Amino acid sequence: MADGPVAELLLRRLEASDGGLDSAELAAELGMEHQAVVGAVKSLQALGEVIEAELRSTKRWELTVEGEEIAREGSHEARVFRSIPPEGLAQSELMRLPSGKVGFSKAMSNKWIRVDKSAADGPRVFRVVDSMEDEVQRRLQLVRGGQAEKLGEKERSELRKRKLLAEVTLKTYWVSKGSAFSTSISKQETELSPEMISSGSWRDRPFKPYNFLAHGVLPDSGHLHPLLKVRSQFRQIFLEMGFTEMPTDNFIESSFWNFDALFQPQQHPARDQHDTFFLRDPAEALQLPMDYVQRVKRTHSQGGYGSQGYKYNWKLDEARKNLLRTHTTSASARALYRLAQKKPFTPVKYFSIDRVFRNETLDATHLAEFHQIEGVVADHGLTLGHLMGVLREFFTKLGITQLRFKPAYNPYTEPSMEVFSYHQGLKKWVEVGNSGVFRPEMLLPMGLPENVSVIAWGLSLERPTMIKYGINNIRELVGHKVNLQMVYDSPLCRLDAEPRPPPTQEAA
Amino acid sequence: MPTVSVKRDLLFQALGRTYTDEEFDELCFEFGLELDEITSEKEIISKEQGNVKAAGASDVVLYKIDVPANRYDLLCLEGLVRGLQVFKERIKAPVYKRVMPDGKIQKLIITEETAKIRPFAVAAVLRNIKFTKDRYDSFIELQEKLHQNICRKRALVAIGTHDLDTLSGPFTYTAKRPSDIKFKPLNKTKEYTACELMNIYKTDSHLKHYLHIIENKPLYPVIYDSNGVVLSMPPIINGDHSKITVNTRNIFIECTGTDFTKAKIVLDIIVTMFSEYCENQFTVEAAEVVFPNGKSHTFPELAYRKEMVRADLINKKVGIRETPENLAKLLTRMYLKSEVIGDGNQIEIEIPPTRADIIHACDIVEDAAIAYGYNNIQMTLPKTYTIANQFPLNKLTELLRHDMAAAGFTEALTFALCSQEDIADKLGVDISATKAVHISNPKTAEFQVARTTLLPGLLKTIAANRKMPLPLKLFEISDIVIKDSNTDVGAKNYRHLCAVYYNKNPGFEIIHGLLDRIMQLLDVPPGEDKGGYVIKASEGPAFFPGRCAEIFARGQSVGKLGVLHPDVITKFELTMPCSSLEINIGPFL
Repeated sequence: MADGPVAELLLRRLEASDGGLDSAELAAELGMEHQAVVGAVKSLQALGEVIEAELRSTKRWELTVEGEEIAREGSHEARVFRSIPPEGLAQSELMRLPSGKVGFSKAMSNKWIRVDKSAADGPRVFRVVDSMEDEVQRRLQLVRGGQAEKLGEKERSELRKRKLLAEVTLKTYWVSKGSAFSTSISKQETELSPEMISSGSWRDRPFKPYNFLAHGVLPDSGHLHPLLKVRSQFRQIFLEMGFTEMPTDNFIESSFWNFDALFQPQQHPARDQHDTFFLRDPAEALQLPMDYVQRVKRTHSQGGYGSQGYKYNWKLDEARKNLLRTHTTSASARALYRLAQKKPFTPVKYFSIDRVFRNETLDATHLAEFHQIEGVVADHGLTLGHLMGVLREFFTKLGITQLRFKPAYNPYTEPSMEVFSYHQGLKKWVEVGNSGVFRPEMLLPMGLPENVSVIAWGLSLERPTMIKYGINNIRELVGHKVNLQMVYDSPLCRLDAEPRPPPTQEAA
Repeated sequence: MPTVSVKRDLLFQALGRTYTDEEFDELCFEFGLELDEITSEKEIISKEQGNVKAAGASDVVLYKIDVPANRYDLLCLEGLVRGLQVFKERIKAPVYKRVMPDGKIQKLIITEETAKIRPFAVAAVLRNIKFTKDRYDSFIELQEKLHQNICRKRALVAIGTHDLDTLSGPFTYTAKRPSDIKFKPLNKTKEYTACELMNIYKTDSHLKHYLHIIENKPLYPVIYDSNGVVLSMPPIINGDHSKITVNTRNIFIECTGTDFTKAKIVLDIIVTMFSEYCENQFTVEAAEVVFPNGKSHTFPELAYRKEMVRADLINKKVGIRETPENLAKLLTRMYLKSEVIGDGNQIEIEIPPTRADIIHACDIVEDAAIAYGYNNIQMTLPKTYTIANQFPLNKLTELLRHDMAAAGFTEALTFALCSQEDIADKLGVDISATKAVHISNPKTAEFQVARTTLLPGLLKTIAANRKMPLPLKLFEISDIVIKDSNTDVGAKNYRHLCAVYYNKNPGFEIIHGLLDRIMQLLDVPPGEDKGGYVIKASEGPAFFPGRCAEIFARGQSVGKLGVLHPDVITKFELTMPCSSLEINIGPFL
């Protein structure tokens, strides 16, 4: 467009003009649509300082469709007058003419015609004068010729009331020469081409400026799932801290490893049908380590290892019941049992992140399956202070530095502590994890040495992810109802980086 | 975690001072409680049933406090106050005494018929108690809390409390045919047989939850006094005759159950909590229980047990350096009266009957740490030196998923549990052919089985995202579960990689190309030679005839790829052609 013929014409006219020209006048002179001139102005503007264009709005009178018709064919009253022959015309016939109704009354009031009601075959209309001046047509023709200013205010408003005239606002440009004015505007190149590079023509060619406000074209790419991006980061953190990953690739677990081995009594509410998914097929575990099972049974029902025990009738059938593991601690128990079988004892640091299952009521933050993150350290003489120290390092890597610890109860840890962190957004302490020292009643039957302590902590993967990515409904994150657009758009997971400030609350 | 709701002003009055909400919250945190909610009866009703119903309800401020699940002694205002007052060293822990009555001891005789249904019973008497409306409400509420928690919804233990002055001992705890039990139950105006009652209570929102405990048993447990008056039909309902009121002065308490230990704990908790209001504070009148074998025991046990723990053990476990005297003081603040004895390093700890949760030295260590203040403990890093290793299967998964995304596929994360329909009917397979593990107690069809393939999850993901621009290219690397009698639990996880291409054209070449790329990444060359991979025409009900191939790699079948059958596409509520690939990545480790 910038190099179109209109732009060239415009530049030439502008060169010859004295100071500037009006886009509408130019259009009229060139006999083209005003819009074409405007397009040329805009494309020249885009070149920088070639021209200066000032937007002006002017008001103008224009004929309406009816006004155009009258300017062409005369007013209704004139047409009525002309249609009456010297011998007169029946009024009923006259009324049937297109201009009949309006023209009749106007011609009457102009006293151009009269009605003879005494005629035998109904009222008849006759001319009163021989000729008349069609003033309306004359005025409209003036307007059509662009000479509306020759009409008085009163005359114009009368024509407007008759809906023959309308006032329109016209946006025009007052175009003047710019600081870089030139009539020889060459065609702007949009992009650099291989030919230009080889010929060197790029040196002499102007290039169309880029609009840096426009968005780029996103690359076609695959995307990783945000929850699993966070999982990768947690794995990374554990690995940085020297923790070895435990195998957790067994969703199906026996009640024994899931509960009994953890010294969780058989009447514990977590073992209820309402909380845990039990299996119909395969309903029972086929093998259990029977020596160890006997020690677990004794600890539950009679005590031992310094414990009073729970003093109830422990049942093997209950321990055999298969279920979908309710926590990854069952995998930790297996790992610790394997560790206990290796002599001599070697200290370990373990971690796992995997799915667990709860037969729970579902809501916006709870699903029947979620991911649990678990860390375990087994060594001689570990203290509660050590647990807190490890937690501090772990959470620091997550960007959480303000921690405090609340006494809590877990069936298989003692002491137990819930971990709270201060949430800047919510302005309160929120629970971020659970932790404790595994009970001797859990560790000693496995065969671990008496002076070995095992500290452990756990948290869910979903919760920090939902906070990190600002997701309120867990179904948008996990499961098939995921919002893929959210997956496409989610940023990298950098847990220790400053989170983006939360969007400001809009007034309800 | 049980929640106890107490009136704030009553609580502060009993604590002898007031707190701001923040101060009380802080105190709770320190002690291992959680001030969960500050509300009022009016607010609760208004929230649950609307403002209209709430009009006229009390707006006395209530504190809802979360109590650790093993601290039965904190389940009522009386216990909370006592625990906090001792913690703050404002009072000394009271000593609970069992006393013999001046007159004849109350006797509860257990007959052998109870053996098959609910064999244990214990009893005690609270003499000359003085209730007020608040105390009475707290007494009822405590029984309810115990029923819900340690009593496991009355299955393990059920409590009956009776106005002793309306009864005459000795009492008999027996079991009878339901049709032979007839009495006027609590808050009813006429007598019913046990059969009738079980029917009536089927529609009772509260009691219907307990019926299953005895419903199908030939004999129901029942307690009579010497005149044949029914005290209770545990664990369902008490008799109306002996019901207690605010004005009751002497209370007979019986606890029946299937767990003797817990029945004794429950009785101890009730009498220790409410003997506070007896004329002789903290004394409980003994009752004698005669077992079917003729042996007789006196309850409540109210046993004080002595434990010995070395001070350096506590210091070592917590990571602090306190003197034995200080540790003894800390423990005493936790309701565990302690003193230093012997060589000056031994601490003797008295475990009161209220602290049934103390079963090991580690419980004592924890209490010392709580009294010391968790947040006062010096944090240190253990010197445990270890070399980290990744679980090989997860390591491979992590590497693969990044390159799958680099190949233009987007990662999905679908559920491991699904309906039978998802893995069988919708894929044209019979459920018995899937070797799926079945869940016995799913609440909905979404949790009937563990998935045996990742494909349904990905197809459902596409169905939920049909508005997204095409093509949709998804993948998932995760576990599926198959029954396997060679494992200890009878089932085994397999790590699968599944990918789907969904567009206006089936795009088999794209899925095929993805397989080639995966094999390239896994360093498996094309070709049938050992170590290579090849695809061979195959068929499967999920695939369009002639558009399915089996994938062989390193000498074994690892999965299939192909264009999905239109029936499968339709059943997953999709409309476009789709090709898929699913392999087990285990063999590539």
